[in-house]
Amino acid sequence: MNAGNLFEPLWLSVQLAGITTVLLILIATPIAWWLAQSQSRWKPVVQTVVALPIVLPPTVMGFYLLIVLGPAGAIGSWWVELTGNALTFSFLGLVIASCLYSLPFAVQPLVTAFESLGKRNLEAAWTLGATRMDAFFSVAVPLSLRGYLSAVVLSFAHTLGEFGVVLMVGGNIPGETRVISIAIYDQVESLNYAAAHQLSAVLLVVAFLALFAMFFVNRRWHRR
Amino acid sequence: MSTVQVHYRLQRGEFCLDVDLDLPLRGITGIYGASGAGKTSLLRCIAGLERPSSGELVVDGDVWDSSVTNTWRAVHARDIGYVFQEPSLFAHLDVRSNIEYGLRRRGNRNAAEFDKIVGMLGLEKQLNRMPDELSGGEAQRVAIARALLCSPRFVLMDEPLASLDQARKEEILPFLDRLHAEAEIPIIYVSHNIDEICRLCDHLVVMEGGTIAASGDLQSVLVAADAAVLSGDQAGSVIHGSVQDYDRNDDLTCLQMPGGQLWVPGEAGERGAELRLRIRASDVSLCRVMPEQSTILNILPATVESIRSDNDAAALVKVSLGEASILSRVTRRSVRELNLQQGDNVFAQIKSVAVRPTLSRYAVRSDRSSSR
Repeated sequence: MNAGNLFEPLWLSVQLAGITTVLLILIATPIAWWLAQSQSRWKPVVQTVVALPIVLPPTVMGFYLLIVLGPAGAIGSWWVELTGNALTFSFLGLVIASCLYSLPFAVQPLVTAFESLGKRNLEAAWTLGATRMDAFFSVAVPLSLRGYLSAVVLSFAHTLGEFGVVLMVGGNIPGETRVISIAIYDQVESLNYAAAHQLSAVLLVVAFLALFAMFFVNRRWHRR
Repeated sequence: MSTVQVHYRLQRGEFCLDVDLDLPLRGITGIYGASGAGKTSLLRCIAGLERPSSGELVVDGDVWDSSVTNTWRAVHARDIGYVFQEPSLFAHLDVRSNIEYGLRRRGNRNAAEFDKIVGMLGLEKQLNRMPDELSGGEAQRVAIARALLCSPRFVLMDEPLASLDQARKEEILPFLDRLHAEAEIPIIYVSHNIDEICRLCDHLVVMEGGTIAASGDLQSVLVAADAAVLSGDQAGSVIHGSVQDYDRNDDLTCLQMPGGQLWVPGEAGERGAELRLRIRASDVSLCRVMPEQSTILNILPATVESIRSDNDAAALVKVSLGEASILSRVTRRSVRELNLQQGDNVFAQIKSVAVRPTLSRYAVRSDRSSSR
C-alpha cells in the first residue's frame, strides 16, 4: 500500500470529523441551552433521545439510518427527488449519521457548562440592558468556553474513530466514504498488518493528543 | 416630584406579596424587614426579574407593568440599575469591561461621568484587574459602579452589604455615603440591617409578611408608635443637628439640634456641618426630675407623646424634644412606678449617640426636601 492510499482515508476522516464538529456545535448549543434552562416535563424525553447513541450499538443506529436515508426511506427518497443523488453511501450521508452519532458528546459538556453558569450572571446582564440573545452571546458563551472546548474535542475525536455507523450507512467507497477506521478494518481483513499498524498508530496519537490538550487546558483554566 | 407607584400581588406557594406603595424617586429609600418579609421579591418584580400575578408598576408616569392592559416591559428595557447581594461580576471580563457592559448597551458614553463614578467608588487602580483578583468589598463597589453607569432612572440595591463581613461593610459604607451626597440617581435600598437603614436612607418602608407595615420619611417612621417591627434592640430614632462648637480639651463636639444641645465624643465635623444623629431607644432613659451630678452629659427636657408596651418587660416611650421626637426604651415597671402619662414633662438622659455626617441634599430637614 503506498503513502497516497494511506493518506486518503485519514484526510477523509479529518474532513468528516471537522465538518461534523462545526455542525454539532451549532446544533448542540440550542439543545443544551434548552436542557439547562427548561423545567418542561418533556425534558427527560429529550435527554434520553440525545443520550441514546451512547448506549445503542452503532450497528443498530446505522441500520435505522440506512433505512431512513436510503432511496426508499422517508428522508432519502425526498433527497433523491430533490438532487437526483442518494444519501446513503455518500459523504453527505456520513455527515448526517455522524452528527446523530456524536450528538451526546457535544450536548453533554455544554449542558454541564450552561448549568454551572447560574441564573445570576444572566440576570445581571439583563438588568444592564442586554437582551436575552445578547446576554447569551456576551456572557453565557464566553463563560462556557471550557464546555465548548470539551464539546469540540469529544465530538471530533469520537467522529474520527466511528466505525459501525459508517460501515452501515457509508460502506467502503475510496475517497467518498472510506474513512480511516474502515481502512484499518480492510487492511486487517487482507492481512496487511503493516498498513493497519500505521493507520492505528495515527489514530492513537491523535486521540491521545486531543484528550491531553483538553485536560491540560482545563487544568490551567481551573488554576486561574 | 417623580415617584414609583407599585401595586403588586404575587403568590409563591405559601408566600404572598401584597403591596400598594408610592416610593419617592429621590435620595435613598430603604426597604426594611426581616428575611422572608418579601423585600427581595418586591425588588425583583420592580426590575422585571419576576412577574407578579397581578398588579401595576408606574414609574414617573410611564406604565411598565399592568395586568389590566397586559403591559409588560422586559428586564433589559427597564432603565434601572440592579445591585445583587453578591457582586455577580462577569468573570471573563476585567473591571473596566464589567463597568462598561451596561454603559455600552444603555448608558451615554460620557467619559466624564465614567471617571466621576469610578472615582467616587475609588476604583481607579482596579480597572485592569480581573474579578477574581478583587476583595469582596472591591467587587461589590465594581457592581455598584456598573449599575450606576447604565444611566438608570433609579438603582435597586438588594442587601448589597449582607454578604460582607463587618470590616468590609465599613469599607463600603463611606462610598455609599458619598453616593448619597453626590450622585443624582435615586436608590431603593433593601436591607434587614437597621443601622445601615438609619445611616443611609431618607425614606423608609417597613415590610412584614409580604405587606407594607409602614412607609414615610425615615424620622417619622422610626418613631411611629405602630412600627412594631422596629421594637426591641432595633428601636431608635434619627434626628438632625449641626456642629456648633468643638471642645479641644475634652475632645467633645457640641451639636445644635431641634430640642437643644448635645455633646458627642470626638470632633464630629466643621462648624455648621449638618449631621445625622442616631439615638437608640435603649440608650435613652427618663427621669421625673432633672438629675444632678449625673455622669451623663446629655440631659434634655422632653414631653411624653406616647407609651407602647410590648409583651416583654419593656415599654417604648416616645418623647418630644420640641420639633423632633426620640424613643426611649424603659421597663414597664418604671412606667408604672413613675406613673408616666401622655403629656408629662420629663428629662431624657441620652447615654450615647451615633453621629454620621449628613451628606445628603435631601435629608437635612423634611420641610426642605419636600419642596423638591
